[in-house]
Amino acid sequence: MSLFVEQICQLLGSGSNPFQHLEKSAVLQEARIFNETPINPRRCLHILTKIIYLLNQGEHFGTMEATEAFFAMTRLFQSNDQTLRRMCYLTIKEMANISEDVIIVTSSLTKDMTGKEDVYRGPAIRALCRITDTTMLQAIERYMKQAIVDKVPSVSSSALVSSLHMVKMSYDVVKRWVNEAQEAASSDNIMVQYHALGLLYHLRKNDRLAVSKMLNKFTKSGLKSPFAYCMLIRIASKLLEETEAGHDSPLFDFIESCLRNKHEMVVYEAASAIVHMPNCTARELAPAVSVLQLFCSSPKAALRYAAVRTLNKVAMKHPSAVTACNLDLENLITDSNRSIATLAITTLLKTGSESSVDRLMKQISSFVSEISDEFKVVVVQAISALCQKYPRKHSVMMNFLSNMLRDDGGFEYKRAIVDCIISIIEENPESKETGLAHLCEFIEDCEHTVLATKILHLLGKEGPRTPSPSKYIRFIFNRVVLESEAVRAAAVSALAKFGAQNDDLLPSVLVLMQRCMMDSDDEVRDRATFYMNVLQQKQKALNAAYIFNGLSVSVPGLEKSLHQYTLEPTEKPFDMKSVPLANTPITEQKTEFAPVATSKLPEKPGPTRQDIYQEQLAAIPEFQGLGSLFKTSEAVQLTEAETEYVVRCVKHTFARHMVFQFDCTNTLNDQLLQKVMVQMEPSEAYEVLHYVPAANLPYSQPGSCYSLVRLPEDDPTAVSCTFSCTLKYLVKDCDPNTGEPDDDGYDDEYVLEDLEVTVADHIQKVLKPNFAAAWDEVGDDFEKEETFALASVRTLDEAVGNIISFLGMQPCERSDKVPENKNSHILFLAGVFRGGHDVLVRSRLALADGVTMQVTVRSSDETVVDIILASVG
Amino acid sequence: STLEPSLYTVKAVFILDNDGNRLLSKYYDKELYPSMKEQKNFEKNVFNKTHKADTDEIAFVEGMTIVYKCSIDLFFYVVGSSQENELMLMAVLNCLFESLGQILRKNVERRCLLDNLDGVFLVVDEIIDGGVILESDPQQVIQKVNYRVRHLQSQAVSTVWMNTDSDMSTILEDTDDYRKL
Repeated sequence: MSLFVEQICQLLGSGSNPFQHLEKSAVLQEARIFNETPINPRRCLHILTKIIYLLNQGEHFGTMEATEAFFAMTRLFQSNDQTLRRMCYLTIKEMANISEDVIIVTSSLTKDMTGKEDVYRGPAIRALCRITDTTMLQAIERYMKQAIVDKVPSVSSSALVSSLHMVKMSYDVVKRWVNEAQEAASSDNIMVQYHALGLLYHLRKNDRLAVSKMLNKFTKSGLKSPFAYCMLIRIASKLLEETEAGHDSPLFDFIESCLRNKHEMVVYEAASAIVHMPNCTARELAPAVSVLQLFCSSPKAALRYAAVRTLNKVAMKHPSAVTACNLDLENLITDSNRSIATLAITTLLKTGSESSVDRLMKQISSFVSEISDEFKVVVVQAISALCQKYPRKHSVMMNFLSNMLRDDGGFEYKRAIVDCIISIIEENPESKETGLAHLCEFIEDCEHTVLATKILHLLGKEGPRTPSPSKYIRFIFNRVVLESEAVRAAAVSALAKFGAQNDDLLPSVLVLMQRCMMDSDDEVRDRATFYMNVLQQKQKALNAAYIFNGLSVSVPGLEKSLHQYTLEPTEKPFDMKSVPLANTPITEQKTEFAPVATSKLPEKPGPTRQDIYQEQLAAIPEFQGLGSLFKTSEAVQLTEAETEYVVRCVKHTFARHMVFQFDCTNTLNDQLLQKVMVQMEPSEAYEVLHYVPAANLPYSQPGSCYSLVRLPEDDPTAVSCTFSCTLKYLVKDCDPNTGEPDDDGYDDEYVLEDLEVTVADHIQKVLKPNFAAAWDEVGDDFEKEETFALASVRTLDEAVGNIISFLGMQPCERSDKVPENKNSHILFLAGVFRGGHDVLVRSRLALADGVTMQVTVRSSDETVVDIILASVG
Repeated sequence: STLEPSLYTVKAVFILDNDGNRLLSKYYDKELYPSMKEQKNFEKNVFNKTHKADTDEIAFVEGMTIVYKCSIDLFFYVVGSSQENELMLMAVLNCLFESLGQILRKNVERRCLLDNLDGVFLVVDEIIDGGVILESDPQQVIQKVNYRVRHLQSQAVSTVWMNTDSDMSTILEDTDDYRKL
């Protein structure tokens, strides 16, 4: 009895999981019985299970021990126990990457694959393909072809799916099996159909014509498998998108007809495909929306979820198309599945009217604590969108957001709320003080450094301009006392901004700065010392340059320039103007609802587009000595879409030169182009110095050629120019299938559209967070002013948009947003002109019949002022 | 952006016990969670977000769509991308659940699952191959796996004991298995 109790105790100690305390070494020891004769299938099976279990738990097997166990396992093929054999296949697959010489089981598997036992054949094929490489694949090619068309469905499916896995590695071999796959596609078995279709598409997806033929065939033949239908719908909608075919195409009809399929899976796939199509009209969406509406009341949670998620998507582009479902969506707010409830409410927030906002917000607060962070973020994004739609509701939203801010939640969630509050503050000046107060309260107890520093930065920017700036000082200084280094440093910078802008606060700020100079962290001390010295000068220009509007250079660029400077010892001081400017970040990227995949990547500032171009251009010998790249334009199309050759141009501006980069694509599969270049004829005194041709331009592989142009030095005001462009090249006809070109070619050319260089190409956008300070800093030495009448412009919004795109300068102080119902507006623009001169534009606009515009330009250089005014006129 | 047409539907499948421990798990997309640590973190996260709402059957975690089912002390999960057709994922989950229900003779609970773990591995292998749905009909799966369940006599004993003294029944069940090993 005592032994029995002991056993019980042992068992209870190990829980009831017989695998829990497995020792790898003990299991491998046990695996020796694989060599015993006769084989004991039951014990061997148990050991194999243990090995697979250990691998599945992440146990590491060394190559030696794995190989040893693997070799021992191969002996088990002598047993005819079915389950044991199947477990051998699994072991082979699991160990394929960790054991050596796994190919020794090839012949055993080939035997099973072609043998009489149907239960072995499919799994044996799958195991065999797992250990096969391209050369071995050719050896078993004959068996694979036979297996694909085998009448036993599990054999055919196994062969098709394994072939699909092998496409990546051995495309050339697998593509020879197209005929077999084609035959399998007409099988009666639904899974075989599905797998054959998948493989066929994969082999043909780069050949649009073949895909189109295949679709044509299968959409008419009436497949039985719902999975295959879903696949067809996806292929059809991809083809529709690529060919930009209209919605009168038979493919669209096919997708629409699937809305009446008897399988919910297919109906949903079709509805989802229609919803995701670009340029769908409300009428085309209607049938899809109505099936989704039906799904909203399905007893299956997954179907309700799918439906409401897709309706949410519709609501982003066509809120009115979803209003018919509002009642169904309201019922889902109380759904026991919180994910569904959240999606329902965020959809309603997009489709609902202003009057329903208060009610919806109340409903959200009733369950917000129960949902996951991912969905909380979704709710906040919906609220953020709502704020933009109904700005008058900002006080309700602000209140709601501040409550959410106090609740528990992870970083992503808090960040979404903070971003939302910040955007409300920026859109609605009257909400600024309440918003800042909520954020101040939040940083009193905030564990996220990133958020605390972001808010401190905002306080520094906005706080000094509020009616009572002094109340923020306490919150900021508390951070200096209580927080980590990064936050303390940010707090010091914020304090400095108060001191620079508010004379009556300056003495107290100086006292606080003095204390910060004793900080234990050197970054905090450095900042405090720096600001202390600047502030004590009491000069507006210094404050503007060093406190309000920091450096506007690109950080990687600065790093590179400084490194270069240290390599070449010189007496000359380092010239800040030689550093490329930072491209101003596009102010906000509209966050699209997916539900969004929260990015797993850390947010590190990668090289910008311009940094990448700079690298690429620097590698071309002809472009040495041009200095640093000043500005890169957006790409301009020089051909219509769907022409034989597609050419687009990117303009790179340097201090005294421009490089035009022509990205060309040859869309003719029977031609190889060589020595491709774009000849340019300028209308002004621009001089083309060099052409750098693209040596080869094979079918569908983009290539670039370049032209180097010198800007006119004697006339600095000649900033705009028109180039007529011609593509010149040597054509070699070639075999469309092999790409093999003829030996002889002939010269040919192709006329492109004209290319314009405008004033915007000479100005880089620079954001001045404090425009007024920058305005004072540049001063009125070269100020000029002129008034223009814009007769053809009807609204202030339009005028603002035109000026910004024409000058290519950065709007500051959010002055690109014209408040509603106003008859006048002031637009502030900032930039740097080629050569490094700051340029600022203040444009007063008044709306009468047309728009009257008074433009004031300031710059550190007179010519720049003249250029701007001349180009506006 | 529309979904790239592909047979690779399932990103991962896993079975956890009611403490969130992994009993079986397969990741088919090598890029999704490359390391064991990331996989286990993900499973923990999924478990924390789903085990309380065990009747919900669908959730959205770390940018992935998760369909799931709970049975006594087991949780079954099938993972797909956020754009995947939820009903396809559901078909996989249902097939897995029903197939296991049949081979375990309706005893879909941890102990019985572990006693027949080889059968469970084989069932998963017949339903999904490298992320492709290989079979979605439980009858077909059962036929292909052709597996005979073990240790059910202990279940029968334990049911009898359950009526009288549940503690003792677990002890008996365990010893029974222990002797067999």
